[in-house]
Formats: sequence, C-alpha cells, structure tokens
Amino acid sequence: MDDALIEKLGILADAAKYDASCASSGAKPRSGGKEGLGSTTGAGICHAYTPDGRCVSLLKILLTNHCLFDCVYCINRRSSNVRRARFTVAEVVELTLGFYKRNCIEGLFLSSGIIRSPDHTMEQMMLVARTLRRDHGFAGYIHLKTIPEASPWLIEQAGLWADRLSINLELPTDHSLKAFAPEKNGGTIKAVMGQVNERIVEAKEERRRFSPAGQSTQLIVGADDATDRSVLETSGTLYQRYGLRRVYYSAFSPIPEASSVLPVKPPPLQRENRLYQADWLLRYYGFTVEEIASGGEGGMLDLGIDPKLAWALKNRERFPVDVNRADREMLLRVPGLGARAVDKILSARRHTRLRMEDLGRLSSGLRRARPFLIAADYHPVGGLTDRLDLRQRLVTPSSQLSLF
Amino acid sequence: MHTITLREGADLDGFRRAVRRLAAARTAPEAVLWSVGAPSLFGDEAPALENGPPVFLPQAVGQLIETVVCHGDPERYALLYRLVWRVLNGERALLDQHADPLVHRLERLDKAVRRDIHKMHAFLRFRALPALDGGERYIAWFEPDHHIVEAVAPFFVERFESMVWTILTPKGSLHWDRHRLMTGPPAERPDSLTDDRFAEGWLRYYESTFNPARVNPTAMRAEMPRKYWANMPETAAIPAMVRSAPARVQAMLEAEAAIPRRRMPEKAVAAMAKQAPDSLAELNRLIQRSEPLVPGATQAVLGEGPEGAAIAIVGEQPGDQEDREGRPFVGPAGQLLTAALEEAGVDRGGLYLTNAVKHFKFVQRGKRRIHQSPTSGEVKHYRWWLMTELGFVRPRLVVALGATAALALSGRPVSVLRERGPMAFDGRNGDGRNGDGWNGFVTVHPSYLLRLPGDEERRRAQAEFVADLRRAAALA
Repeated sequence: MDDALIEKLGILADAAKYDASCASSGAKPRSGGKEGLGSTTGAGICHAYTPDGRCVSLLKILLTNHCLFDCVYCINRRSSNVRRARFTVAEVVELTLGFYKRNCIEGLFLSSGIIRSPDHTMEQMMLVARTLRRDHGFAGYIHLKTIPEASPWLIEQAGLWADRLSINLELPTDHSLKAFAPEKNGGTIKAVMGQVNERIVEAKEERRRFSPAGQSTQLIVGADDATDRSVLETSGTLYQRYGLRRVYYSAFSPIPEASSVLPVKPPPLQRENRLYQADWLLRYYGFTVEEIASGGEGGMLDLGIDPKLAWALKNRERFPVDVNRADREMLLRVPGLGARAVDKILSARRHTRLRMEDLGRLSSGLRRARPFLIAADYHPVGGLTDRLDLRQRLVTPSSQLSLF
Repeated sequence: MHTITLREGADLDGFRRAVRRLAAARTAPEAVLWSVGAPSLFGDEAPALENGPPVFLPQAVGQLIETVVCHGDPERYALLYRLVWRVLNGERALLDQHADPLVHRLERLDKAVRRDIHKMHAFLRFRALPALDGGERYIAWFEPDHHIVEAVAPFFVERFESMVWTILTPKGSLHWDRHRLMTGPPAERPDSLTDDRFAEGWLRYYESTFNPARVNPTAMRAEMPRKYWANMPETAAIPAMVRSAPARVQAMLEAEAAIPRRRMPEKAVAAMAKQAPDSLAELNRLIQRSEPLVPGATQAVLGEGPEGAAIAIVGEQPGDQEDREGRPFVGPAGQLLTAALEEAGVDRGGLYLTNAVKHFKFVQRGKRRIHQSPTSGEVKHYRWWLMTELGFVRPRLVVALGATAALALSGRPVSVLRERGPMAFDGRNGDGRNGDGWNGFVTVHPSYLLRLPGDEERRRAQAEFVADLRRAAALA
C-alpha cells in the first residue's frame, strides 16, 4: 500500500461518507473456509465508531468521484471543484482484503460516481465483487450501490455477487428530483427497484443467490421542502411495493463546495432521528403513516418528543393500558415500552401478576411509560393522562445543566 | 457446609460436575460455599470431583449457564446454582419470569458477557508480521472484561481459517496455524507491535469517513467506551478530529457557494443513451463476459448465422455437446434439426440459429452431466439478451422450437402442441429496434422427437415437424 493509494483512499472515503445506507446485516451465515477468507454471521459487526457516532462496519468508498451527473445535493456532482480520484478494480480488492484480514471491517460498501457511462461504471463495480468472490473466495459482506441508469443485465450480474443492492432515491418526491438532480429520473430508479425486488423474490423461491440481504435506499432530508409526512409516505410505498429492507434517512449536511441552490442551514439532526423512530413504528409496531403524522403539526414530526409519545398524547382516551391484560398490539403503543420489553411482559405475566417493581426489571423506559400504565399495584390517580402538563413532565430538559 | 473450589476463569466442566454431585445429594444452595482459586485458565485439570448422575435442565438454562460462567463476578456460581435448584424443584419455566430478581440478575450477567464477546469480535485488531515461510502471520492483543477467550475462538477460527494468527490476552491466548487451535496461558501486552502500511491506510480511512458536521462523541463513547481505545490504533486520531470539527463546519458554512465549473450535461445524457451494445459482435462480447444465470455451463453458446437472415430459429438452451463446442445445435437434437431442414428443403446455412438461454444448465451425476430445463425465471433473465440479439438480426420470421423458446419470445406460457403454427411475438423487452415484435411460428423442439417411444409415433411426429418447417419457410 503506497502513498498514492493512501491518498486516494482519503479522497474516495471522504466522498462516500454522506451515504447512510451502510449496514452489514441480513446475509446468510457462511464462511470462506480453508482456501477463502472471511465469514458472515447474519448480524453484522460494527468494528469502530467515528466521533459522529456512526458505526464503521464496511469499507465505504467510491470507485471514483468523477461524475457525469450534476445533482445539487452531492459533493461529487460534475460542477463541484473537489479533488478527483479513481480506484482500479485491483486496488479496491487489495484494500478490502487487507483491512478485512486485520479485522477492521465486515466487508465492502462500494458506490461510485458515473464515469464514461452508467454501464461502464456498473460493470467495474460488478467486477470488484466478482474478483473478490471468485478469485479470492471472499465470504465477507458486499454491498453494491446500483447505478440505476445501467442496463438491466448488469444489475442482474451484480446481484449474483453482492449481499445487498441498493439504489438511492435521495429525494422523496418526483418534483424535487427533477429540480435537484436534472439527469436522474425517478421512474428509472423505481423501475430498477422493481426489477431487483422481482429477482430477489424469484431467487428465494428457486433457492438461488441474488442479493440475499435485500435492497435498501437513502432519502436526503432537509435539502428540499418535503414534509416528514411525505417522506414517510414515500417510505411506506417503498416498503410495501418494492419490499425494501431498509430506508435510510440522511439529514442534509453542509458540504464543502456547496451549491447555491441548497439551503444554507442544515436541518436539525433531531429530524433525522425522529424519522428513524417513525420508520421503526411503521415497520415493527403496526403504526400507519397517517397515525404517525397525526402526532405532529402540519406534516412535521414533533422534534421535542418521540413520535410514539406524540401519538399517545394526542390519543389519551386509549390509555392507561393494563399490562396484565392488554394485547400485544396495544402494549406496543405504550410510550417507553419497546418490542423486547413487551415480549418479556407477555411471557412473564403467564406466571405472575406484574407489579410496578417487576416492570422496572423488564423495561428501562418505565419513567415515560408510567402515566400510560395500569399494573397490579398501580393505577394512575385521577387520570394522570388528562393532566395538561403531561408533555412537559415527560420531556427531558434539552439544555445542559450548569456545573456551577 | 460444602465448599466447592473451581478453576479460575470459566470453569464450565467443574461447575457441571459440582451441580451433578450437589443435586444428587439434594444439597440446598444455602449450604454451598463457592470459591474460585485453583491456578490458571488453561492450566492443569482441577482435581476431579466425584461424579453424580446427569441433571436434566431446559435447553435455555444450559445456554445461560454456558455464558454466565464466563463472567468475572465471583458470585456467578452461587447464583447459577440457585437457579438450577429452583428449576429442579418445580419451577421449570423460571427463565420465562424475567421479572424475578434472580432471573433478572442472571440475565444482566448474561448480557454483559455477550456484550464483551461482541466487543472482542469487533474491536480486536490484527497486525501483520512477516512469517518464516514468506507469508504473513497475524497477531492481536486484547483485554476482555470477562473470561471469554475460549468462547470467542470459534468466531475467529471460522472467519480467519486460512490465516495464521495469535490472539494474546491477560486471561489466556489462542494460536491458530490453519489446522489446529491451541490455547495458551495469559500473556503480557507485547512491547512493540509494528504496523504495516495498511494500519496507516486504515487511519486515513477512519479520519476521512468522519463527518465533522455531525460530531457526537457521546454517541460514539456509548458504543465504543474508552477502555477499548488503547488497543485500537485508529482511536489515536479521535481527539484531533473532535477538536477541529467546529472550525471545519464553520468554514463550510462561511464559504461562498462555489462557482460551478461549466461542464455540460449533454455528455452525460448522450453517454446514457449510447450504452446499449451497437452491434451483434459487441452484444456477443457482453454475453461471453457475463456470468451464467443458470448453474453449470463452461461457456456461453452464441447465436450463429448471417445477420439479416430471413428466418431465426430459437431453441431452448445449449446441451452437453453444445457447451463443449461452444456452438448451437450440434448435438443429437441439432443433427435431427439439420436432417429435418434438409427434408423440408431449407438451407441451414441461410438461417440464424440461437437459443433462448445462452448457457447449459446441468447437474453432475457421476461422469454424466444431466440436462436441466431452465425455470421461467431463468428464461426471463435471458430475455434481454435474446431480444437484443434478434433486434440485430432482424429476421422476417422467428421460429420457436418448443415451450421454453415460445415462453421467452411471447412472454407467456405456451402449450406447443395446441398452439403450434403462426404466432405474433412481442419484442418490447428488447432494445426497441423492433418495437412491434416479430412474426413468429411455434413448433416442437427436436429433442421432443428424440424422446418419443414408438417408431410409428416418432415417424409421424417427424413428418409433422418437417411440414411445420416447410410452412414456416413459406411464411418468411
């Protein structure tokens, strides 16, 4: 690994850091054995955390940051003045194997700017994955960011080697896409999602390998004027229609070489956090987009409290819930009770009537759950859920306490 | 009072023997004093305790014991024995009672051990040293909180089976030589672990992948507590990264919007429009470079015949002989086709011959490669190739031999014997060159004729096949 390669690595890792869709979970457990290298355990491992609190699990780089496109939110757009670099297929393979052997990573996340043509770019990315798998017996995780404008056959080929394919939609509405990413086409992107989904479903039925860990996408939040409601509506459609495994939300972040079209101030990071919480409610807690959005105002989620609490405060007539009798669906709607705590409650209450003290051992969010619960030894007096100051009482003061 | 002394570290065997003996004697937990004290983790066997009969416990209890014995808490054996005692005395489903104080406490120990194991999987870093045989040896130093060295070994063996490595910890060590795992005594932190350039590259990667606009050291420390930092080379960069973050963000916000370099989008759009192969030869190069989408196949079998042929004949997929020779219709079915064409008075050299699926799909049975029909999904995956190919050949008539070819060309299942004869094929999934589709004709595949049992039946079917070919030739 020489100086020039280290230099390129710096440029092409920097260029890739705005992509949030970088998990390493969901692959079938497998191992490279005596001749190959690596394994996946199904869960994925974060090998380090950067000071932005994000997990480092894959070597996340671009093949190149040269790009023919001019998407305003992207630092690598054609009209940006950033330094450019380009890896060869062999260099990416060398880096992936070298870092993997030192136990720094779970595998590779490869994305790219578009050079020459979408097909040329996609083929180079596919070749990286193929070389790793076929020539080196690499059994670690490979995530390829599909170039949606590439020919269908190349995307089919990529799916043979990758654990996960993803296609970034980036903007939740067609009109934002048109304004911010003039060469991109929302229709093309969704057509590719449809194609990938179809292949994944077929491969499962026929027990073949095609992007076995599914597909994901990223939406940039706060660069355009889309509301949280419309972002979540887009996600809801993506989950239902295209069987996406994950939608990632990336709060638009100030970038060097910013375009003048973009807002000067980034959105609060809290907005991204709330969207992830809402997304979770959508996928695992049986909430609809409508219900989640109704917890906020004007299509935006409440930044001060999490969306489940926001919904509960606006639907107080449905509380308190008796932990010893309520069904799973309703327990999942209690603020402060996660799915794990709910499952523990259900299994524990077959043996005993739960008291507050017991709940303290089953859930770490009891402080917030308290006003919404009835337990064997606890009935909120005088309808605590009717108190007007309930919201204030539950919100942690956001300013840091002074030491003096 | 019984005193039971177990080895230092995770003494699962010692605990198991003790439980058997105590359970057989119906000794209550209050009457047992557990102590840990015999020498080392991987040292000599502790003096064997007298064995009792096996104790039958629910699987979940067994798993919990296996993890919790790794914990550093000196009370762990006493707690575990209380659990075993209660389970054996009527509370079989005790582990479901997560609110029970004993269960709750054991679950916390279990979680702490699992977390420690997970962090060792995650935060251990190998460094490469040159080995005597010219290869590389990998070495790592790690300080786990609990006695997990043996518990993590399977993970590292499975992941790095093809490498030679050593993991040193203050609680024991592991050595893997590509064949055998050896355990060793506790180790001291090595004085110098020289780094190669990959470590330098990793540091650069770690610095570059950080976004200063999102700095959040609290979130980082929650997942990667300080105690692990000493053994992770990249963490040396953290203080400077955090310190410089606000200034970097300020500079970005204050910077004027960049004056864009004038680069025109026409190039991008033109490149996209022009990326489909622009000749049959180019298409064939792509097919040859591609990975088979069916299992088997040594090579792609390309279409053959002149571009602009009046008739294109589409078969199912290459067979064993086609796969070896790399040419279509050279096996038994191909020979039968040639004979039938001759009888029908059609010149094979003037036709374009190809297959719906470009690769031989087979399963190996001993020395024989048994042909497998492609699934409808596989046919669909090859459709793009076929349609693009026909777009270049531009035949006046496309003849589908058999159900697979008919499916590929029409996009729907076709019953060949019922629908044989002229049929319109749509070409929409192709490259648009021939958007309206093709005049088509459906007949049987010659391999169907080879499989018919009786001579009489086969003669009749072959005559019908020849008649079909004549009709098709007349239509073109």
